Amino acid sequence: MTQPSANCPNCGAKITFRWSGCVQTVCQYCKSILVRTDLDLEKVGQVADLPPNSSPIQMGTEGVYGSHAFVATGRIIYEYDQGNWNEWHLRMNDGTSGWLSDAQDNYAITFQAPGRNLPKECHIGQECTWDKQTYTVSTITQAHYRGVEGELPFQYWDKSDVVLVDLMSHTGKFATIDYGDDPPILYLGEAVEFENLKLKNLRSFEGWS
Amino acid sequence: MTVGGPTPAPQVKSLNCPGCGASLTVRSFGHAVTVVCASCHAILDAQDPRLKVLEKFQAAEGEDPPRIALGSRGVIRGTAYDVIGFERRTIRVDGVPYSWHEYVLFNPFKGFRYLTEYNGHWNDGSILRSVPDVSPGGSSLRYLGETYKQFQTANAATTFVLGEFPWRVRVGESVTVSDYISPPRVISSEGTGKELTWSMGEYISGRDIWKAFQLEGEPPAPIGVYENQPSPLRADVKTVWAFVGVFLGLLVLLLVGVYSLARDEQVFEESYEFNTNAQGEASFVTDTFELKGHTSDVELTTRAQLDNEWIYLNYALINQDTGHAYDFGREVSYYHGYDEDGAWSEGSTQNSVTVPSVPPGNYYLRIEPESDPKHGTIPYTVTVRRDVPQAGFFGLGVLALLFPAGLLTWRSLNFEHLRWAESDYGAAPDDGSLLSTVENAVDSLKGSIAGDDQ
Repeated sequence: MTQPSANCPNCGAKITFRWSGCVQTVCQYCKSILVRTDLDLEKVGQVADLPPNSSPIQMGTEGVYGSHAFVATGRIIYEYDQGNWNEWHLRMNDGTSGWLSDAQDNYAITFQAPGRNLPKECHIGQECTWDKQTYTVSTITQAHYRGVEGELPFQYWDKSDVVLVDLMSHTGKFATIDYGDDPPILYLGEAVEFENLKLKNLRSFEGWS
Repeated sequence: MTVGGPTPAPQVKSLNCPGCGASLTVRSFGHAVTVVCASCHAILDAQDPRLKVLEKFQAAEGEDPPRIALGSRGVIRGTAYDVIGFERRTIRVDGVPYSWHEYVLFNPFKGFRYLTEYNGHWNDGSILRSVPDVSPGGSSLRYLGETYKQFQTANAATTFVLGEFPWRVRVGESVTVSDYISPPRVISSEGTGKELTWSMGEYISGRDIWKAFQLEGEPPAPIGVYENQPSPLRADVKTVWAFVGVFLGLLVLLLVGVYSLARDEQVFEESYEFNTNAQGEASFVTDTFELKGHTSDVELTTRAQLDNEWIYLNYALINQDTGHAYDFGREVSYYHGYDEDGAWSEGSTQNSVTVPSVPPGNYYLRIEPESDPKHGTIPYTVTVRRDVPQAGFFGLGVLALLFPAGLLTWRSLNFEHLRWAESDYGAAPDDGSLLSTVENAVDSLKGSIAGDDQ
């Protein structure tokens, strides 16, 4: 399968799309943020250097979730008052897109879940039920976008501060409401164990194999 | 050409403390939120490139050395971890401080894990990824189909820190910690107000810790019973009682079988008179009688008409064919009268003796009576029964079963008593199980005894 490609309008480097649904990507050479239009790529911004980050996942990391293989094609780094964490954009082998969150090596996989009723505001301990599953608000995080890499399913570049609400169930199910968008976006999924993802092409760490 | 490609490998960082210049090592890469200088006890912001000093705390030189040195690598449940942080946390109960130690473990792929140690008792724990279902009263919670009982809630203050932490650690800060137990596991909530962090620990022996980190010497012996220490007996108690039940059933079956199959047949009965004044040889032999069937017991009963008298009979049960003799003697005596307490009596006019395992054949008895010459003539009857069922073995069997089971149960109850004595409740909560019912009965009994002593 040949992957669609184009050239960076800023530096001319070849940009290959791994995922046909890609809306935005970052040129790996000049770090220009490029938004896909019907015909072309448009430069909308520039990524600053990414902060030091210790996720074992990197662009191109492959894994398996349920019956679907996936590859990490992009990420957002969020920063909050206790450091930063990653939301890796996954291209699933059925063409859909998912997210692998890595916060201090705590992993969760979520998928966008449109069409649910979302509360206007949230407080810790509040209960929400979607698809007959009850979730409890566990953390409310004030964060901001610190950087992006690779392909993303939406245009991020005009966002900065976001409020993210994490919810947990009694059974390991996990939900996030992203109040950075209007209307807010719900992601539903579950906490996952590192070894269950069968990850390949991971980063290496000095002193660890 | 792949997009992005391999990112440079993160490295363990060596830094210098901005306070005293001593060298610091950061082993958890970008995850460290705070790092503590071991020399000047400055708590530094590890996310700040200039390592801003957040706090300095007082500690003596070499105070509270960790049992597992920072930087040690060990394998816990199949995964290698480095020890990167160490803290002491203290609670106060009735003004008395109790301290335990926590070790922060790190693996760059699996993340963080924690070891706790209190009085030689170790737990291996990690953060829970789902919220346990706490009962309305808060006395228990459900997690993954298991019930955990509330054990203790206390305010835990951080009183000593070393190394690096993936959270903002401060000496002197305290949070409310609640423990719920289902040995060998414990679920703890930590936090202020509704914002709780839940973690689960599992009891692990000091020996396993020493092995995992290849530590020298022996781990310190654990003191007392710890909240989630698995009882070495509790599982056994159920098994043992199941066995007791099965074997009691078998014993009853055996007893029924023995009673229904026993011949219990009278083979000989004869009445005699013994003239105590008679001179000469008192011994005589009886007629021959046949003992049929298989080898089994013979019961010989002596009934004598006695009135404040005694008679002693030397018996020999003799096999006519082989000459083999079973010798035994029986005394029959009966006394009665009146004294200041009223009527009294002693002894009996009847006595039975069982001779076990007598093979079939033709037998006769040789009888030699003795008594006091002044007793005159004593009439007595000798009866021999063959294959008489014996209930004695049943009683012994029941005892042999109940005694060890009872002992084990008592020891198990004692263990649970010691465990719950350390809880907020001082005694095991009543969860309706037989064990807890017995436990509480024992406790209230002990309480009432203690009450009597006062």
